[in-house]
Amino acid sequence: MTTLATSTLHDCRDAYVAELVQLAENDERIVAVVNDSVGSSKLAPFQEKFPDRLINVGIAEQDMVGVAAGLANGGKVPFVSAASCFLTARAMEQIKVDAAYSRHHMVLVGQSPGMAYGELGPTHHSIEDLAWLRAIPGLTIVVPADPEETAQAIRWAAQHDGPVFIRVSRMGVPAVNPNDYEFVAGKAVTLREGQDIAVVATGTVVSRALEAAELLAARGISARVLSMPTIKPLDEQALHAAATQTKGIVTVEEALTSGLGGAVAEYLAQHVPAPMRFVGVPDQFAPTGSVSWLLDHFGINAEGIAHAAADLLGV
Amino acid sequence: MTVEEDLVPDVGAVPVEALRVFGRTAPDATREEITAHLREAARAVRRRDIKMVRAAGLGHIGGEFSVIDILVTLYLHAMNVAPDRLDDPDRDRFILSKGHAAAALYTTLATAGFLPPEQLGTFMQPLSPLNGHPARTKIEAVEASTGPLGHGLPIAVGTAFAGKLDGSGRRTFVVVGDGELQEGSNWEALMTAGNHRLEHLCVVVDRNRLQQGAKVSDTNDLEPLADKLAAFGLEVVEVDGHDHGALVDAFAAVPAASGRPTAVIAHTHKGHPISFMSDNVAWHHKVPSEGQVDQALAELENS
Repeated sequence: MTTLATSTLHDCRDAYVAELVQLAENDERIVAVVNDSVGSSKLAPFQEKFPDRLINVGIAEQDMVGVAAGLANGGKVPFVSAASCFLTARAMEQIKVDAAYSRHHMVLVGQSPGMAYGELGPTHHSIEDLAWLRAIPGLTIVVPADPEETAQAIRWAAQHDGPVFIRVSRMGVPAVNPNDYEFVAGKAVTLREGQDIAVVATGTVVSRALEAAELLAARGISARVLSMPTIKPLDEQALHAAATQTKGIVTVEEALTSGLGGAVAEYLAQHVPAPMRFVGVPDQFAPTGSVSWLLDHFGINAEGIAHAAADLLGV
Repeated sequence: MTVEEDLVPDVGAVPVEALRVFGRTAPDATREEITAHLREAARAVRRRDIKMVRAAGLGHIGGEFSVIDILVTLYLHAMNVAPDRLDDPDRDRFILSKGHAAAALYTTLATAGFLPPEQLGTFMQPLSPLNGHPARTKIEAVEASTGPLGHGLPIAVGTAFAGKLDGSGRRTFVVVGDGELQEGSNWEALMTAGNHRLEHLCVVVDRNRLQQGAKVSDTNDLEPLADKLAAFGLEVVEVDGHDHGALVDAFAAVPAASGRPTAVIAHTHKGHPISFMSDNVAWHHKVPSEGQVDQALAELENS
C-alpha cells in the first residue's frame, strides 16, 4: 500500500460547488443551469443562496444547453451542471453549435463521468465524452484530478471568454497536487520525475499512475508521472519532452482510450513518434460492477499501468 | 443541400447593384405610412434576395419569401435595436431559428442598416461572413448561430431568462419554421417558457405549411397547433404573415397583458408572392433561372 491509497478521499463535487458559490457571490453574471440535477451535482448550497440564479429546465438536455447559450447572449456566465453521459450525448449538437461554434462563454460541467455511476451500467457511464468532445473545434476540455485542481479549474473557466467542458466526478480521489499547486489551462503537471518511461494520466486516475510509479520504482524502473488536466489544448511541450527524454509513453484515463490516449497519439505520431501503451476502457461496454471493480477489471489501476509500462519497455 | 446541376449559374453572373437602405419607420408615422414603408422595404428585400440566390446558385428561396415580411416588420419597425448600439444589453433580441433562410435575414439586415449592402454580393462566396446559415461570430447583428433546426427557441428562452433576471423590459423574438416544430427541443423550450412565464418572449411560427420534401400535414402534422401552444402556456395570436399591419399589431402586443409568452402563428406562403413559387414544394431550395428571375422581379413590381 502506498501513502496515496490510504489518504483521505474527496468528492470533487464539493470543491466545485464551494468554488461556484464563492464566485457567484462576487460575480452576479454567474448562473447555474441544470436538468433536475441539483442533487446529483450537490448544488443545494448554490440553490439556497441564489434561488433565482439556478435555472432548472427539467429533464431536457437540449433545452438546457440552448438556454445556457441564450443566457450567455444575455450577458450571463452559465455553468451547466448535468450527468456527463446525458449532457454530452443528448445535447451534442447544442454543445457543437450553441456553445463551441458560437464561441460563447459558457461552462459545461460533466458530472460523474467515466464509470462513476458504476453498477448503474453503460447507459449512465460517460466513457465516450473525451473522445467525442475533443473532436469539436474551440472547446477547452479540462479533467481535474483532485479537489484543489477542480476549484481552480472552475475559477479559471469563470473568467475564460470561451466554451469549456469540465469533468467533475463523485468518485473519491486523494489530493495529488502539491500544496502550492497552480492550475494553468493547457499545462501538464510533472508530479514525479523519471527517465525510463512517462506515464501521462488525467483526472480521477492520476493517483493510480503515481501508485504505479512506486511499483515500477521497486523494480528499478524510473517513471515520470505527468498529470494532464487539460485534454484540449494539449501541453505539446511536455509531451515532446516526455517522448524525447524517456523510452515511451503510457496514457491513463477513466474513459475510452480514444480520449487522452488518442489525443496524445495524434500529437506524437506527427511530431515525435514514440512507443505507446494505452490504459483506459477498451472498445466495449462495461459489465456490471462498482466503479472501483470496473477500474480493476479494465486494468486501470497501479498493477495494470505498471504492467503496460513494463510491456512497453520489454522487461 | 442539393441543387440541380443545370440550375447552378456562374457566380457573379448577376451584377451586384446598390440596395436602398430604408431604415426604421419614423416615430411619428401614421399607420398607413408604416405599412407603406414596410411593404416597399419587403419588396426591395425580395428583389435583392432572389438576385443573391441566383448569383450564389444556392439558397432557400421558398422559405425566405415566406418569412421576409416578418423580418422586415421586426427590424424596420417593431424591435428596439439599432445598428449603432448592438452592444446595448437592453436591445431587443432576434433569433432566426430557421437559419436556412439566411439570405432573407442578411438582406433585411442590410435594408435596415445593420450590414453594408455591398457585402450581400459575397453571399456564400469563399471566406464571406455571409455563410449559408447565419453565424454570430461572423456578423455582429446576428444574435445566434443557427442552421440545425430546433436550436433557436431554447436559445431565445435563455435570452429571455437573462432579461428577466436583469429586470429588463427587453424582448426576444424568435422565428421558427412550422416544419421545424417537429424537432422535440422546441417543445422542451416551450414548456420552459410557459412554466416560467417568460412574458418578454415572442415565438413567431412561419406557418407556410411546407417543409423540404412535402406538406407538413403529410409528413408529421402539427395541428391543432394553436391549441398545443396555448396548452404549453403561451398567448396565441394568428395573423396573415404577409399583412404588415397585422404583424405590427401582433408584435406591439408583446409582452401580453396575461403575463404569458406570446406565440404568433403567422400564416404565410412559401415563395410568396411569386406565381410559380407560391405554395410550391419544389421551391424549397431551387435556384431560379435568368428568365424566372426576370418574371419574379416583374411580378414583384405589381405586388
